[in-house]
Amino acid sequence: MTPIDYYIHLDSIYLKAAIYIVLAPLLGGLLAGVDRKLSARMQGRIGPPVLQPFYDVLKLFQKEKIIVNKFQNFNVILFFVFMVFTGSLFFLGGDLLLVIFALTLAGVFFALAGFSVNSPYCHVGAERELIQMMSYDPMIILVAVGMYQVTGTFRVDAIALYDEPLILYLPGVFLGYLHVLTIKLRKSPFDLSMSAHAHQELVSGLKTEFSGTTLAMIEIGHWYENVLLLGIIYLFFSFNSIVGVAAMLLLYFFEIVIDNTYARFKWELTFKSTWVVTALFGAANIIILYFAMRP
Amino acid sequence: MFFRKSPWIIHYDATSCNGCDIEVVASLTPLYDLERFGIINTGNPKHADIFVVTGSVNESSRAVVKNIYDQMPNPKVVVAVGICATSGGIFRECYNVLGGVDKVIPVDVYVPGCAARPESIIDGIIKALDILERRSREFRKTKREARRQERKLRRYHLDD
Repeated sequence: MTPIDYYIHLDSIYLKAAIYIVLAPLLGGLLAGVDRKLSARMQGRIGPPVLQPFYDVLKLFQKEKIIVNKFQNFNVILFFVFMVFTGSLFFLGGDLLLVIFALTLAGVFFALAGFSVNSPYCHVGAERELIQMMSYDPMIILVAVGMYQVTGTFRVDAIALYDEPLILYLPGVFLGYLHVLTIKLRKSPFDLSMSAHAHQELVSGLKTEFSGTTLAMIEIGHWYENVLLLGIIYLFFSFNSIVGVAAMLLLYFFEIVIDNTYARFKWELTFKSTWVVTALFGAANIIILYFAMRP
Repeated sequence: MFFRKSPWIIHYDATSCNGCDIEVVASLTPLYDLERFGIINTGNPKHADIFVVTGSVNESSRAVVKNIYDQMPNPKVVVAVGICATSGGIFRECYNVLGGVDKVIPVDVYVPGCAARPESIIDGIIKALDILERRSREFRKTKREARRQERKLRRYHLDD
């Protein structure tokens, strides 16, 4: 019995939530550190230490707070709270549809944080964030629909305990999800709204006006988000927890390779390509499954 | 404590021949790889801890230098890179040049050279880390003192 099987079979939801809330940022930060190290190696550099994201965040907590608008931090706190809430729902085995809508809500608060300040860079970043949400949301809803078609339930714990591999029923949905995962992880070619790298056309995009503790909260919120997104990958391979974890790590590596080999797309191309992929792989998979599974 | 491990930089070219500017960018390349010290070139004053200025300050760039410095949250340090940024260099006598960066904002580390080599730029920035660390301690202390002062004032008003 692997630790993941053990976690799924835990009875107390409080214990489950506590494990998620404590472990997710540690895991997310570590993944971000591995990401930076691997990116550096791919570019022929030595790269920062693996714990670098933690140093960055702990430093940000010690910086002075500069607030240009009193609603700015309010929105970021709501983004953070809803991100933790979304992840907890997912890892407690709640309803997948509710998870997706709570995730969207967190995204809306993040965009509102960008709109609440006066900087034009923030505004353009927030507009692009909304365009990205418009691009990826249909595909993420199709993931829930596809999983329901196969397993007959929206509950994450029931899907995770489903015996047969979902990937065999939902290869198209999985490919579509991989495409939007690149947007959600804020990787090139889809890092339109904000970017970790300097010298992009929008300064730091959406997070330009945020500094100190607020910026640290945005970072930790994204760590929670990344763990949740990898959790959804696990559901496709949940018939065997070792295969599931291997798939998560392999696909995360694949995203890093994509990040280092692509230049940034314009928003039109991002939008069109995502919807084409959603229709071609996602919707087609759902339609075929509908006719195949009809009694 | 963590400032030494994660100093983020903003870089601005006040005037000059762009030679030092290019050398600063060169230190971020795979050959020198500044990121192994946790250094990131943010390009955003609100995220930065270290302000790296190249070139002498003139009448039109003076407001920009001041503005970037004011937008950076405390604690912060300034590194003047190249002889123009330290004293005005060969542009010193020009009618529109004020001189080095220290005519406008307080400078902590001077890195001479024309153009300053990436090795000496990195050396200067590593020197600035000690100052940054000291300043962060002072910053925390003043914050604590301000809070104590405020508490004392509140108690005084309650007594009224």
